[in-house]
Amino acid sequence: MLEVKNLHASINDKEILKGINLEIKPGEVHAIMGPNGSGKSTLSAVIAGKEEYEVTEGAVFLNNEDLEDLAPEERAHKGVFLSFQYPVEIPGVTVTNFIKTAINETRKAKGLEELPAKEMLKLIREKADLLEIDRKFLSRSLNEGFSGGEKKRNEIFQMAMLEPKLAILDETDSGLDIDALKIVANGVNKLKNKDNAVLVITHYQRLLDYIVPDYVHVLYNGKIVKSGGKELALELEEKGYDWLK
Amino acid sequence: MELKEKLVSSFLAFENKGGLDLDSNVHSIRSKAMQNFEKEGFPTKKDEEWKYTSLRSILKKDLGLFPSTDKSIGFKDIKEYLMNDIESYTLIFIDGVFNSFLSDTTHDDCDVCVLSSALSRPKYKMIVDNYFNTIAKDNNSLADLNTAFTKEGAFINIPKNTIVQKPIQILNFSTGNESNVMLQPRNLVIVGENSHVQIIERHQNLSKNTTLTNSVTEIFVHKRAIVDFYKIQDDTKNSSLIDSTFVSQKQQSVASVHTYSFGGKIIRNNLEFYHEGEHITSNLNGISILNEKQHVDNHTLVNHKYPNCESHELYKGIYDDKSTGVFNGKVMVQQEAQKTNAFQQNNNILISDGATINAKPQLEIFADDVKCSHGCTIGQLDESALFYMQTRGIPKKEAKALLLFAFGNDVVEKIKIPKLKSKITKLIAQNLGVELGFDL
Repeated sequence: MLEVKNLHASINDKEILKGINLEIKPGEVHAIMGPNGSGKSTLSAVIAGKEEYEVTEGAVFLNNEDLEDLAPEERAHKGVFLSFQYPVEIPGVTVTNFIKTAINETRKAKGLEELPAKEMLKLIREKADLLEIDRKFLSRSLNEGFSGGEKKRNEIFQMAMLEPKLAILDETDSGLDIDALKIVANGVNKLKNKDNAVLVITHYQRLLDYIVPDYVHVLYNGKIVKSGGKELALELEEKGYDWLK
Repeated sequence: MELKEKLVSSFLAFENKGGLDLDSNVHSIRSKAMQNFEKEGFPTKKDEEWKYTSLRSILKKDLGLFPSTDKSIGFKDIKEYLMNDIESYTLIFIDGVFNSFLSDTTHDDCDVCVLSSALSRPKYKMIVDNYFNTIAKDNNSLADLNTAFTKEGAFINIPKNTIVQKPIQILNFSTGNESNVMLQPRNLVIVGENSHVQIIERHQNLSKNTTLTNSVTEIFVHKRAIVDFYKIQDDTKNSSLIDSTFVSQKQQSVASVHTYSFGGKIIRNNLEFYHEGEHITSNLNGISILNEKQHVDNHTLVNHKYPNCESHELYKGIYDDKSTGVFNGKVMVQQEAQKTNAFQQNNNILISDGATINAKPQLEIFADDVKCSHGCTIGQLDESALFYMQTRGIPKKEAKALLLFAFGNDVVEKIKIPKLKSKITKLIAQNLGVELGFDL
């Protein structure tokens, strides 16, 4: 599904990613771990298409299509979803109106009619119930005054609505207490199926207790220096990153 | 001939054959106003209050002062500018002349009619003597100019204890009968004790010709009365508007003026509130969305003279291309005005590098037990918010529009007429060049 081939990327002429190779197949969960500044968030931003980053070499393919010339929204329409470490607050736009716009813009891009209001409402309620989200939450301004847990839950709610092929969870565990973490992880697990894939980017192993990866990759200084199964995460937790340098 | 000279020399002819059998009092008011204008002339950029707004480019056009009305204008020509999906009273002026055929007036529970009849009929003499030109007097030379040429406009007189069920729409059209034209509508609004009225005002140029409108509105709000006044300024790129609106409020009254500036060559709003009692509330809301080389200048004043009053001011601006904005918000709190609550907020977004905003909050506080605040921000669109929305499949253009919508939303939220709210929402979407799939 996702193929990252010898990806080099830089920002303001500073090279951050220095040749990343990664392949994710449908149904798989991959985790990328690494110390601060290793390039984890850059990798997720480059896959999602953030314009500030320049791909200097290599490429990212989604279902064999080169993503290079696609804008972030076009990547989203093709099934890429990025859950933010720090979701942006948008006062004045409710959670419901935001997701309606996102869904209908995605449908428009696919040549589909807008989803009728009634069906939209039904879908929103269904997904909110699945993720144990209070209905009142849906009429609040997007992320405005949300707690860390609410923001992350809202990200997973949007993911549930958009049903991406590839979901990238960037530091989804940061700022969450253990209860919030469980709820969020639970949501991701409910949405997981054999046709989609998840890329979890995290600093700590604890999220991986709840979202269990098939593969773990260690990112260090812009390169994947080690890959392994889920046991690698435990080893990193124990030994830290120093032994990999 | 310079416009000023032309106005001065036209005045005598206007006075002699104005066509109205005017009260002598009105004659003397007009003559005095003309003397003031002759002395002061048009404001220039040397004038502190006009530092950022120049009228020169408009004044050098050869403006016709007394256009003839276009009688062929029918409902089909104007309906898109009317709110015709709500029941309302309408006052329609074509090239400065009242069009009774297109209008819907009343004298039943209140007077919704024209100023020319108020100025000439003995029945209204008391009202005219008590109110006409009492707040606009000695204010600025443009208001004086309007007073000198006062002839027509809306006259709205609501007796006490009257809730006017239907909003009143005042529409001023120019048709391009003459290539360049100057219009000077004059409105007088009197709202009696415990009464309530909603008014929507719009100026619209139906042609591509140059129009300069120098409009003056005086609003008197008596005890416990409520007035909501909405100004839609969405005119063509060749139309300029100078709007001077003066509000005088008695105790416990609530007056709100909402100004939506979406189109025009130069728009200048002088909006002034004068308090004449305690426990008064004044609300000033505005949103400006401009592009190309359009210019808007919002000059506001709230004069707190009595204790226990409050004012709430919220102006937002979105400026694209080479458009320019001015916000000058003055709040005076006189020594006697203890326990005043005065809040002012002005937020601006510059979308392009060529756009400019000059913002000047001005608080003059002479009382010591007051709560006053002001805040002013000038910013750009949040790039990280745009990227966030794009990753959810919302294209950049729509994402921008959504952010701008959200930015202006708290001003639009204050509209109390639901149909007007959706109309303004649509106008905003139109001006931002997008379609939104929902109402905010």
